[in-house]
Amino acid sequence: MQSVGSSKRSLIACLLLIVVGVWASAASAGSLEEQTLRVAAELRCPVCQNLSVADSPSEMATQMREVIHDKLKNGESPDQIRSYFVSRYGEWILLSPARHGFNWVAWLLPFVAILGGGGIIVLTIRRSIRRGHESNVEQSSPTDPRYASRLESELKEWER
Amino acid sequence: MATWKKLSLLLSIIPILLLLAYGFKTNPREVPSPLVGRQAPPFAVVMFDGSHNSLEQLLGKPIVLNFWASWCFPACYEEAPHLEAAWQAYRDRGVVFIGVDIQDRDTDAKGFIDRFKLSFPNGPDVQGKISIDYGVYGVPETFFIGKDGTIHYKHVGALNEKVLRAKIEEML
Repeated sequence: MQSVGSSKRSLIACLLLIVVGVWASAASAGSLEEQTLRVAAELRCPVCQNLSVADSPSEMATQMREVIHDKLKNGESPDQIRSYFVSRYGEWILLSPARHGFNWVAWLLPFVAILGGGGIIVLTIRRSIRRGHESNVEQSSPTDPRYASRLESELKEWER
Repeated sequence: MATWKKLSLLLSIIPILLLLAYGFKTNPREVPSPLVGRQAPPFAVVMFDGSHNSLEQLLGKPIVLNFWASWCFPACYEEAPHLEAAWQAYRDRGVVFIGVDIQDRDTDAKGFIDRFKLSFPNGPDVQGKISIDYGVYGVPETFFIGKDGTIHYKHVGALNEKVLRAKIEEML
């Protein structure tokens, strides 16, 4: 009886081990696929119009994804893989330019443009508000002396 | 105020004009390759005739490595006769020509080879690894590899006789 119980337990343990093993391998395969797509999403497809290697259905992009997959499988890091593609195609292959040297212009120019544009908008609004005030002040001041004297005489009449 | 406006207008137009001038001045065929001047990536091809060729075997000889495809019309069709003629002219001087057929069907590729009577070795890049290793954007592209295995020049687009001869002579 005891031997039957222990064999049952060892069978369950074996099954658990198999399930955990299968799950672990499936999980690691999934992560490899995810990593492949993550690296591929940062690379420009050489034969497409503004599509990443991850998004392109072209044969070349498929082959590039296979290369990324194989390199990840062989233990290369995403940085090493990116460097590999840069060494073959140049920095053009990266969808986002690397943050160094002249490339900083590409990163900073949009912010400079937004700040500059915002500044111009603020200045224009301020100027138009000031102009509005000035024109109100101009309108409220008595310009014609005939009206002023007439107003004065009418006020005196009303006071009587 | 008017001067300030004119100045800012000029300052915004000048960089755009300079950028356009630079763009019009550059040759779109000259795709800069980081590989030029560097050691050629190793390759090994099983040719359509079953023979093997690799960079390792061919080191010490100038190599013309041409990437092509049968669907690449008209550029590959234009350059094929020039490649064969140059191969015939330089084969006795130790120059090696290798054709790498990419993203193609074997039957179509063999039809292309027969059509132009290409007698230099040609083979398929089955998984595209050679073309990726050489940073190929499209076809045709040709790499001129010196005797020491350094990439001497990369040509994008159809080759003509003049370029072929000039670049081979530079390597000899």
